Amino acid sequence: MPEPEPPFPRRVALVGQPNSGKSTLFNGVVGYRAVASNFPGTTVEALRGQIRLGPHRVEVVDLPGTYSLLGGDPAERVAREFLLAGAVDAVVHVADASRLERSLELTLELAELGLPAVLCLNMADEAEHRGIRINREKLSAILRVPVVATVASRGQGLEELLASLPQARPIHRPPYPSDVERALAAVGQALPREEPFRTHRAAQLLAGEEEPPPELRPVVKEVRGKLGACRGEDPALALADARHAAAARVFEAVAMVGSARVGWRERADDLLMHPVVGFPLLLLVLFGLFGSVYWAGSALEGLLAPGLDALSEGISRALGAGPLAALLRGAWDGLVAGLVLVLPYLVPFLLLLAFLEDVGYLPRAGFLLDGLMHKVGLHGKSVIPFLLGYGCSVPAVLTTRILDEERDRILTAALAVMVPCAGRTIVILGLVVRYVGPWAALLLYLGNLLVIALVGWALTRLLPSESPGLILEIPPYRLPRGRNLLGKTWLRLKGFALLAWPLLAVSSAFLALLEALGWAEGLNAGFRFLTWPLGLPAEAGVPLVLGVLRKELSLVMLGEALPGGVAALSVGQMLVFTVFVLFYVPCLATVGALGRELGWKRTGLVVLGTTALGLLLALLVRGLVRG
Amino acid sequence: MSFDLLRPLTDLPPGTEGVLVGVHGGPGASLRLRRLGLRPGARVRTLALGPWGGPVLVEVDGCRVALGRGLARRVLVRPNGADAGT
Ligand SMILES: Nc1nc2c(ncn2[C@@H]2O[C@H](COP(=O)(O)OP(=O)(O)OP(=O)(O)O)[C@@H](O)[C@H]2O)c(=O)[nH]1
Ligand SMILES: [Mg+2]
Repeated sequence: MPEPEPPFPRRVALVGQPNSGKSTLFNGVVGYRAVASNFPGTTVEALRGQIRLGPHRVEVVDLPGTYSLLGGDPAERVAREFLLAGAVDAVVHVADASRLERSLELTLELAELGLPAVLCLNMADEAEHRGIRINREKLSAILRVPVVATVASRGQGLEELLASLPQARPIHRPPYPSDVERALAAVGQALPREEPFRTHRAAQLLAGEEEPPPELRPVVKEVRGKLGACRGEDPALALADARHAAAARVFEAVAMVGSARVGWRERADDLLMHPVVGFPLLLLVLFGLFGSVYWAGSALEGLLAPGLDALSEGISRALGAGPLAALLRGAWDGLVAGLVLVLPYLVPFLLLLAFLEDVGYLPRAGFLLDGLMHKVGLHGKSVIPFLLGYGCSVPAVLTTRILDEERDRILTAALAVMVPCAGRTIVILGLVVRYVGPWAALLLYLGNLLVIALVGWALTRLLPSESPGLILEIPPYRLPRGRNLLGKTWLRLKGFALLAWPLLAVSSAFLALLEALGWAEGLNAGFRFLTWPLGLPAEAGVPLVLGVLRKELSLVMLGEALPGGVAALSVGQMLVFTVFVLFYVPCLATVGALGRELGWKRTGLVVLGTTALGLLLALLVRGLVRG
Repeated sequence: MSFDLLRPLTDLPPGTEGVLVGVHGGPGASLRLRRLGLRPGARVRTLALGPWGGPVLVEVDGCRVALGRGLARRVLVRPNGADAGT
């Protein structure tokens, strides 16, 4: 009797080691929806997309990368829990073909899990570059699943991969040494009959990864003891070694390793990660980033501003006076501010950030800064969330999931929200650089880092570190691809276009209406407790408070609230305003992300702490400028 | 093989090749390192030392991994050529 065809998979999950190209592949099949970058740990949440395959609708899920189904950081655990939740019909195992031997260890864990799978050998181009030739037929025969080669970044092989989905089967597992097999079987037999992932659960129990339920405790203890004694090492290590040995055998059977080509990608680190030269180059990269954003932004702004100003004047004249006209004018001004003040700086910034991410520079910065980070109680992996924080605090907070220790995650998230995000950078560029000078902005950035370091140093006294330190894979340099740069920038801009821009218009209209009705004064009087000690005009009250919604909102609102625009402020007032906006309460979206990652109590502390810090520093600046 | 030929990763000048022999300490650190291919028997090469007490950059299986000093101190390596003549 022929085996019945398994039903067409309706939900397919992408599983693989970090940075193997899952998100790139996901984007290739469902359209650009996931941020893909060249460092391990880009994806920290499950992301779903739909595709149609002939008559079938298939849900594709991009998961965080995971080195192993055992242990790992919270992002890796998201992937494992998703698979174990039982809602996945098939797995596309995205393996980095240029690191096939290591990837096969995860393949074997997926075989233990027993879900139907197809094996995708991604980065076929890099495997070739490294002189690795893989016999796919043979690999497919050994593992008894379809094996497809792809270059996800160029969209190659994706159709063949999708076409292989109906052939997804549980991966065949070559046997481990007999003592390990016996141990797995002994624990497996003791598991309840309805256990869907028998071998996987047995392996987890054997490795001591999960606490056995009371009825299994004696069996697990005995088997673990036996295996440990037999191997002379921890059962978790014995299991890992068994997988490695099996993976190595498969690799040797299917791969031919020739000589690797050595080019700029291998040599660049001699310079960029050089203990002496690397650090100045890092500073150069960061100055270059902000310098070119300012340069490109002001050029773009100069192009846009005159036309839009003329248009605004015309509209203003046509609208005349009255509350309705004020409302419309306010909304229009908000839209223009978004176009003139925000977009010209945001677009170049996001493009350059995407470029650094895709080249693979972020983990290098982590390497170079690890030593300094230790002085404030963290290590180099925290550099990645910090650097992402210059773009937006929300992904910065979420990316703390790539840190292994909870204490490091709390500390990194609390500090990363003080890194000036793009919104705050716009305040710095639009106020400080323009009216005070670039050197003042530079001082602000450096001062900000100093404050973060001091706060980190102080918090470390409260939460002493027991972290084992940095373990960070440094990926090869890659040439960024235009599609990824633009797709990623667009994805991040969409957040601005769909949310912040309307918000700017609405708040601006609201403010204009308040003024037209003569209510603004009353409200601002209520915020005098804030503006008075800071020495700011009363009109700054509403803008400062609205900044909780979006940081750049403060600046735009301020410009509209003050009769003479922001230029009416004194230099001292500008600095005080900027410093306060820089530090006080991260915006609402960030507070939401913090709440999810740290819990609401700690988030409350962050909100209170940053507000107090913002006030304190702003007062300090006020004193300094006057003194 | 004699044990005084073993060196912690942190003691090896950049460019040294060798074989990883073991990791001091509990199984936790060993397991984490194994996930990235740093297991006993692996051929490793040191590439660089980070500034200010920063990490050690090692190459294993063509992959580059940065290891914090504290951890790298616990990774023991037998440098190639160290046991020549024994
Ligand atoms: N040369 C080459 N680069 C690729 C290929 N596929 C992806 N990349 C690049 O590899 C890097 C990592 O890609 P991602 O899609 O973010 O990897 P991921 O598996 O989602 O990573 P995590 O989310 O961190 O687990 C990006 O810079 C991609 O452009 C490929 O087939 N060939
Ligand atoms: Mg990803």
